[in-house]
Amino acid sequence: MLEAFLVSVITMATPILLAALGELLVEESGVVNIGIEGAMLSGAFAALTIAFFSGSDALGLTGAIVAGVAINAIFAVLVVNLAVNQVVTGTAVSILALGLTGVFYRKLFGVTGKAFMVAPMAKIPLGPLARIPLLGPALFDHNALVYFTFILVPAIWYVITRTRYGLRLRACGERPEAADALGLGVIAIRWQALIVSGALTGLAGAFLTLAYANTFVENISAGRGFVALSVVIVGRWNSWGLAAASLLFGAAMALQFGLQALGTVVPYQLFLALPYALTLVVLAGFGGQAAAPSALGEPYRRQ
Amino acid sequence: MPSSIAKPFAALALSAALISIVLVALGASPIGVFAALGEGAFGNWNACVDTIVKSCPLIFTGLAVSIAFSGALWNIGADGQLTIGAIAAGAIGTHLGDLPHSIAVAIVLAAGAIGGAVWGGIAGWLRARRDVNEVISTIMLNFVAVQMLSWMVHGPLMEPSRAYPTSSPIAFAAQLEFYFPPSRFNLGMLLAVVLAVACYMLLFNTSAGFELRAMGRNRRAATFYGIRIPALTVWVMALSGALAGLGGAVQVSAISHRLYEKLSPGWGFEAIAVALVARLNPIAVIPAALLFGALDNGSQAMQRTQGISPELVQVIQALVILIILAFDTPAWTGLRENIFGAAGDDASAVPPVAETPDA
Repeated sequence: MLEAFLVSVITMATPILLAALGELLVEESGVVNIGIEGAMLSGAFAALTIAFFSGSDALGLTGAIVAGVAINAIFAVLVVNLAVNQVVTGTAVSILALGLTGVFYRKLFGVTGKAFMVAPMAKIPLGPLARIPLLGPALFDHNALVYFTFILVPAIWYVITRTRYGLRLRACGERPEAADALGLGVIAIRWQALIVSGALTGLAGAFLTLAYANTFVENISAGRGFVALSVVIVGRWNSWGLAAASLLFGAAMALQFGLQALGTVVPYQLFLALPYALTLVVLAGFGGQAAAPSALGEPYRRQ
Repeated sequence: MPSSIAKPFAALALSAALISIVLVALGASPIGVFAALGEGAFGNWNACVDTIVKSCPLIFTGLAVSIAFSGALWNIGADGQLTIGAIAAGAIGTHLGDLPHSIAVAIVLAAGAIGGAVWGGIAGWLRARRDVNEVISTIMLNFVAVQMLSWMVHGPLMEPSRAYPTSSPIAFAAQLEFYFPPSRFNLGMLLAVVLAVACYMLLFNTSAGFELRAMGRNRRAATFYGIRIPALTVWVMALSGALAGLGGAVQVSAISHRLYEKLSPGWGFEAIAVALVARLNPIAVIPAALLFGALDNGSQAMQRTQGISPELVQVIQALVILIILAFDTPAWTGLRENIFGAAGDDASAVPPVAETPDA
């Protein structure tokens, strides 16, 4: 029971964390990408469609990366190059992905939505570690995407806080004019962050279809992209904080399934609303966005 | 043709062209699809009335978004505000059986407006007093509202037989009647039109409206001018929420009569397309809402005859938004001036949606 719960927590946390780590890079460069939901949905759809017709998970994952990057590229042209309002653009990009995946899904798989399943991604148990009672299955018996996600946590922390590139990235998010004056190329760096984030978010979507649901339904991301936005805020723009917040929200989602099955007096909707309510409380309590990059969300136009 | 009108039409034409490409990729005939959309939306008298009925919530949410965006407050939460308004209306509406019709209807609509105003006002207060970006807070409040509705129809407001996750129908006295049955034309549409005119007057003929637009143009300059930005922020968000909440109450009172999960198919997001096509002009919100209501209404017929799923309408919405945004940028203006010479008549009533004038 507890073991199954822990496995479920990691499974629920992985796609959120993966997308949130990408969003962290983007936000450090000074951009808020609400289109993250759209990139995740596109990744989910591309991964499943390609894996279904080709029979190859590797091709499916590649397709998810391409789809996520493509959606973020649309966003980047408008937001980074044309300095358009990031919020409205992000919302439109999400609606676009919702519409396109819906239309193509019905076209490819029929109006009936007959189940088209793929085999779940192969698990890679880490030798004897996977046999540790309780923790083994939860931590050391997962598919490659889960390991990749959790390895990214220290990796992205290191890049952002300890490397020259991370310094440049943060300069673009704190003082884009100054960064530009130093010749750092704000446009190029924001594009790079959005491309990497598109790839990660696409993979997060692929996890939903190839590893979790093993099929696609319309709007399968169901707001997880927005939960990833919350994770970045609640995690205070820090990789380790993001991991902790993802696990917390993953636990809330996993609990909700248990409660729904048990039929307890506690409404399960409370747990579904938790990530969003907690984000509001954290934002209100910590005095707004003190930990956020200063130029977050402001379009930058070279003078 | 002044460019303030030309831009939305050009955006619609360009998105129709892009949609045609998508349709060809799907193996469908663009002409057939557009014809089916038009036939479904305006093919006969009933279809026309249905188009009007379907555009009604879009006028309310479109006004909500227009008012907020005019003040450069990016309210992405019209959907949640509408949902809370609907919950308030649906909850109170079941208890009004003993009241006269007009009073019961007034109470239900007021409940919806208040519910929406509270939901929008929370985001406004968080922005004004706690420096919380309203984009993030309204998105989060949307999801909280959706879960609250789900809890309500599974819990406290569930109908007595507890067979279906819906609430009991509201009292007959609280229901808006249909004027030309079997069509569902009701008072809500007239209310929406009156409110559109009122919002226009507020924005362009009152000092409060001037302050709101000044805040939208340049927050810092508005502060120096003596406008009390925090108080105005709360009021604008509350008003915006009230308009959306009223839309939810009208939907419950006239059409659905009860609450159920996923009451809104995304009216609050579609409203962004409506508001941008209308260039944030409240009067223009009416034709813009009719356009998108027609697309929604025609999409069923399109699915029947052309086999294209109704989600195509979302693709159209998104493309219209993206193209209008791109048209508003200096890059485009520069290009146009290179081709046509400086226009000079572009001083539209729209705050620069292309940038956040917050810096």
